[in-house]
Amino acid sequence: MDITADQTIPEIAPTFRLQWEKAQNCYVVLYPEGMVKLSPSAGEIMKRIDGAQSVADIISELQQQFPDAELEQDVRKFMEVAHDNGWIRAKQ
Amino acid sequence: MTTAGFEQSSKGKPLWLLAELTYKCPLQCPYCSNPVEIAKYQDELTTEEWFRVMREAREMGATQLGFSGGEPLVRKDLEELIAEARRLGFYTNLITSGVGMDEDRIKAFKEAGLDHIQISFQASNEELNNYLAGTKSFNHKYEMARLVKKYEYPMVLNIVLHRKNIEQIDDIINMCNDLDADYVELASTQYYGWSRINIDQLLPTKEQLDNAWQVTQKYKEKYKDKMKLIYVIPDYYETRPKPCMNGWGSVFLTIVPDGTALPCHAAHQLPIEFPNVRDWTIEGLWNDSEGFNVFRGFDWMKEPCRSCPEKTKDFGGCRCQAYMLTGDARNADPVCDKSPYHAELHADVERINKLAKEQDPNKDEKPLMFRNMRNSKDIEKDAKKPHLETTE
Ligand code: SF4
Ligand code: SF4
Repeated sequence: MDITADQTIPEIAPTFRLQWEKAQNCYVVLYPEGMVKLSPSAGEIMKRIDGAQSVADIISELQQQFPDAELEQDVRKFMEVAHDNGWIRAKQ
Repeated sequence: MTTAGFEQSSKGKPLWLLAELTYKCPLQCPYCSNPVEIAKYQDELTTEEWFRVMREAREMGATQLGFSGGEPLVRKDLEELIAEARRLGFYTNLITSGVGMDEDRIKAFKEAGLDHIQISFQASNEELNNYLAGTKSFNHKYEMARLVKKYEYPMVLNIVLHRKNIEQIDDIINMCNDLDADYVELASTQYYGWSRINIDQLLPTKEQLDNAWQVTQKYKEKYKDKMKLIYVIPDYYETRPKPCMNGWGSVFLTIVPDGTALPCHAAHQLPIEFPNVRDWTIEGLWNDSEGFNVFRGFDWMKEPCRSCPEKTKDFGGCRCQAYMLTGDARNADPVCDKSPYHAELHADVERINKLAKEQDPNKDEKPLMFRNMRNSKDIEKDAKKPHLETTE
């Protein structure tokens, strides 16, 4: 399944955990013995990946919150990167 | 333990907390990195004391927590410690031999919120595994690894490589694949702790290492969508040291069973007084203790490191290796070919290589010194003339 397609419902892969880190002031992705800090925009996308909303839902929600941003391509691109890193997968 | 994936924090916070809960262990690996003086660490921190350590480290920004040992499963309060760690927001890693585990406990850990389990194997077949572990443990480990996957934990399998098992690298990797490991850590023994005593029998030859490297590369490609292979090559054959612990007191905090805090789990061998959590807060010992500050920055360095442009890259290498091999922890790690001790190290490695080649594989060489409390006490008693005692 194409992770960037409108109807795809992405979810966090079971070996990863997304968490807000107060000390770092950012979202982080945690996995066995490691951590990746997310940029603010990556954090905004990741926190909406909940296994319920589709890619299209996420884009439209972000568009509402940030009406001036051209973000559709960025969101799709991020889905691809996050998928390549194994952080997310398409819900079956 | 690897530092893979950890971004270095410029602020220097203890992001990684390694809790060595106990040095009791049912296994007796002759390469164990625990101190040779394990018998001296009986006065273990209580559950409440660990709660405080975890809370204070978390407040400073620690995210990763490793429960290790010895064998952490020996602690009856492990479930409680996991639950509290998870409640505090740690990503919790259990680093275990699998001995002392059963399905009920795996389930209980899951309910407590454990994130990940790492199991160590000594080898890929029963005979060698059990010989190296000093116990019959292979089949049980195998079964535990299956259960870890059944309960949907991410699973890391860790195998310490040395002369006795490195030629089985193909089998080891295939075993990990059969067990559906998510990550495989092939760590070379570091020559401190018990492996230092057994170095003549354990140091792999250059040919063995080169071969293992090639085999690993092949499998990395082959299994790349399924499991991640991490092969940490030893630096004894290199000309530049590794940036040890990402710099002294910059990311890692180890607490050993009696509450002593170390910047690296091997630092106990240094002639330095390290702070104890029974006398200090985590913030206090991290920021203000002598032990955590001695090798921070660059002012402590001697030549050739002091004026070397590469010092910001490798921090002069490993302090423990420098101390062990040169007698002064402020010297450059002798792995570096700028070190005046490099030739000595090289000669010693050559000597062991020669020894390994001349060794008749059918004849037993000098017996391995297994890691157990009795040997620890004997070494303690007889520091100059270690008792070579095997536990067959
Ligand atoms: S390396 Fe072996 S002996 Fe040492 S703590 Fe681990 S399992 Fe026990
Ligand atoms: S001299 Fe010291 S700082 Fe320079 S490369 Fe060697 S170990 Fe690193």
